Amino acid sequence: MALLNVENLRAYYRTEMYGISRTVRAVDGISLELQRNEIYGVAGESSCGKTTLIKVIAGAIKPPLKVEEGRVHYQFGEFDVDMLRISPDDLRSNVRWKEISYVMQGSMSVLNPVRRVITTFEDVVATHQGYTDKAAFLAQTREHVRKLGLPPDVLNLYPHQLSGGMRQRVAIALATVFHPSLIIADEPTTALDVVVQRGVLQMLKDIQAESGNTVLLVTHDLAVHANVADRVAVMYAGRLVEEAPTQLIFHAPRHPYTQHLIHSLPMIGDKSPRASLGGRPPSLANPPAGCRFHPRCPHVLDRCRAEAPEMLRLAGGQRVACHLITEGVR
Amino acid sequence: MLRVIRDLLKYDGRFRFAFVFLLAVLILAISSAISPYDPGRTFKVPADQPPSLQYPFGTNSRGQDMLWWMAFALRNSLFLGLMTAVVSRVIAIFVGLTAGYRGGFVDRALMSINDSFIVMPVLPVLILLSFLLRGRMSLVMLALILGLFGWPWDARLIRAQALSLKERAFTRTAVYSGTGSLKITLNEHLPFVLPVVFATTVANMLWSIGMEVTLSVLGLSNVELPTIGTAIFWANQHQALVAGIWWWLAAPVVVAIVLFLGLYLLFSSVNEYIDPRTRLRLMGG
Amino acid sequence: MRNFVLRYLIPRLGQWVMVIFLGVTLTFIIPRLSPNDPVERQVSQIMMSGANINPEAVAHLREALTEMYGLKGSSFQQYLAYWGRLLRADLGPSLSTFPTPVTQLIARAMPWTLGVLLTAVLISWILGNLFGGLASYYPKNPFIRVIDVLSQAVRPIPYYVMSLVMLIMFAYVIRIFPFSGAYPPGTRVQFSLPFVLTVLKHSALPALSLVVVGMGGWFLGMKSLTSNIISEDYVVYAETAGLRENKILFQYVMRNALLPQITGLAMQLGTIFSGALIMEVVFGYPGMGMLTLQAVMANDYSLIMGIAIFSIIGVATSVLILDLIYPLFDPRVRYQ
Repeated sequence: MALLNVENLRAYYRTEMYGISRTVRAVDGISLELQRNEIYGVAGESSCGKTTLIKVIAGAIKPPLKVEEGRVHYQFGEFDVDMLRISPDDLRSNVRWKEISYVMQGSMSVLNPVRRVITTFEDVVATHQGYTDKAAFLAQTREHVRKLGLPPDVLNLYPHQLSGGMRQRVAIALATVFHPSLIIADEPTTALDVVVQRGVLQMLKDIQAESGNTVLLVTHDLAVHANVADRVAVMYAGRLVEEAPTQLIFHAPRHPYTQHLIHSLPMIGDKSPRASLGGRPPSLANPPAGCRFHPRCPHVLDRCRAEAPEMLRLAGGQRVACHLITEGVR
Repeated sequence: MLRVIRDLLKYDGRFRFAFVFLLAVLILAISSAISPYDPGRTFKVPADQPPSLQYPFGTNSRGQDMLWWMAFALRNSLFLGLMTAVVSRVIAIFVGLTAGYRGGFVDRALMSINDSFIVMPVLPVLILLSFLLRGRMSLVMLALILGLFGWPWDARLIRAQALSLKERAFTRTAVYSGTGSLKITLNEHLPFVLPVVFATTVANMLWSIGMEVTLSVLGLSNVELPTIGTAIFWANQHQALVAGIWWWLAAPVVVAIVLFLGLYLLFSSVNEYIDPRTRLRLMGG
Repeated sequence: MRNFVLRYLIPRLGQWVMVIFLGVTLTFIIPRLSPNDPVERQVSQIMMSGANINPEAVAHLREALTEMYGLKGSSFQQYLAYWGRLLRADLGPSLSTFPTPVTQLIARAMPWTLGVLLTAVLISWILGNLFGGLASYYPKNPFIRVIDVLSQAVRPIPYYVMSLVMLIMFAYVIRIFPFSGAYPPGTRVQFSLPFVLTVLKHSALPALSLVVVGMGGWFLGMKSLTSNIISEDYVVYAETAGLRENKILFQYVMRNALLPQITGLAMQLGTIFSGALIMEVVFGYPGMGMLTLQAVMANDYSLIMGIAIFSIIGVATSVLILDLIYPLFDPRVRYQ
């Protein structure tokens, strides 16, 4: 039974000012499923709509963002949640942080600069569960933090006294306080050096292995996906272009964009020059017609310019959206 | 540029207000050129007449028609504001750019002096100055003096701009390609600095006209010269409120409010329009 | 700790010294730049008022005045003597109420100004910031909307214009408050309840005019600050984590927004002080403002000097105090 079912999701930003209106089609028809006990990676360049996708999945939908169409449905052990229809109070008491939690991009600055780290823990626990015995709560929190490999003293410090990597790990500790079913990690390793990255990723892997929950990992860094993810989905300009188990997508990518991404990864010992893809990612306010990738695709067909390709299911759990596959060309 | 004005007129209520206010102010000020009365003369019209069709602003106890008096007052006050703005702009740009570009010790020294001027209550010093120059204070002189004190806030802003421009890629490119630094400043950087300068000009005008009123109310400027401040001074001298001649006080107050509101609304609406961050925020929903 | 003293404390103290140094030097230089020789002015004033004064007495007077004005000796000697007198808290005698020392006159007027200023600033800062913070979270609330529009309308209006408006409106048109002064002329100053009440009634308008303009300014500033802070990472995180609005507003948003507002208060003290001075003139309130007016009217040069110096030192010290309070609110400055 899938944990999360996203069907045909369209979410746009609509703005209107000084008589000019703009619509940014950040998520334009995405369908996917998250299983339990897996790490699901979402890859793509900046401004391909990844963050908007997560916002909708996490239920953080605020104007000017609006969901135009689609379904976002969860099945947590005992109860179901329709993310697009749930009330804010329900969301807060039952879902947020208990079932779904979030490790933000740039977690360097997610902690309140003028208060000690422990207060954020207090706030979060008090809001969702409440605690009567302060001493017991403190002991529990220290234990939780220690189990994750952080020195418990960290709780008494102010955020600016911690290093970036440390703050990132505190953010992960915050996200796992209630052992949620889904942890959404948005670029958790960006702006960290490689050594620290390793620590953070290891922490995520350990948590997932121990509690058997689902981690939705969003990052443009394919190396991270290769290291950690069970399945990887590739996004381009608001749409999914390919999705497959990690091994498959790295060894046999089918979509031209994915192929380009994989082939541009540096490999030890391989000194051949990497080709760069011409052009730039399209503006989401004015995307190209048909297949969004067609202006940059080296194998573009006429059909690609007019018609957007549907997601096709292939062997081994792979899905691709490309006319080249449907036409049987590749 | 005209398109900007048209857009603002259409969409921003504040700008519309500002436009109307300032237009009224300008018309009144310019009409001083066709005034039938010399503002220096007294007792040209019956004194203490309340506002009526014949005397829209009434007349004061010195027998002067308030409407025409205020026209001159506006003209002088506006002139003062502009002159002060020019003088302090020059100083602010000089200090700000030098501090921003040079950095290091020059920067710290200049900013230290700058901050001292910000903290220091300028009024007592101005009072001292005007007191000593009493009787010899012309409008130009006052503008110069005010200009000498009105630059620190803006110098800081310009310096911040210079600092950020210094680090930008296009500056480095220009430097590497051998463009002289003066040319860089004039050609490349000025378009960035000018909006800051403009934004602060209006604020500065508000400040200087305000200071003039303050000094005049204390009787420290040339009280024969009609300005908004001297109007209030004379009204106080003649105990206008006690004598029931409220329009003598109300006229400069109303004119001042219209002028200030007009300038301020203009300033804030244009500022919001120019600054992309506020524009984005206003778009959200 | 050492870091804190070095990086924060010392520069602030240095700034304090710098302001006072610059200000005092200015008050020293300015009179000496003026073409009007104060001694001659004083002498001619006295000569014009008196009937027959023999030349010997005039010479004696001139000598005494020169000494009193600190004009003896070279400029540098005068400068040092100037500082010497200052450090002994000697601002010289007032000329219009000779020989009352200037310090005594200031001491009499200062509590009035301080009282109304302190109250008005505290009320307007606290209320303005409170409403400003609320405004970013509840912008559609009608009460907040009203405050918003009023604040924007009032913002550019200088203190004295507001004072005048208040005076006209509430002392003339609708006669609730008295015209001027802090107490009816002839009342004895004492700490009795009826006196205090009278003072409060008379001080209400002056304080109100300061509060109205001030509050508008703080409100708008806070609103804009909090609007920016709302998009900061830690606020978005708190929202994503599902924390309650009230908690986020007060502990996350306002607590951080107050920091620049404290700094802003420090920067504006000079302006607020000047505004209070003129407000007193409009209302005839017996504080430093009225003292200044009297000094100007009476040509009391040393009193004006004294007021100028005192104002500079007073404001600079208040700013220093605020600067010293700031670290209590911002842990980033406390622990480097």
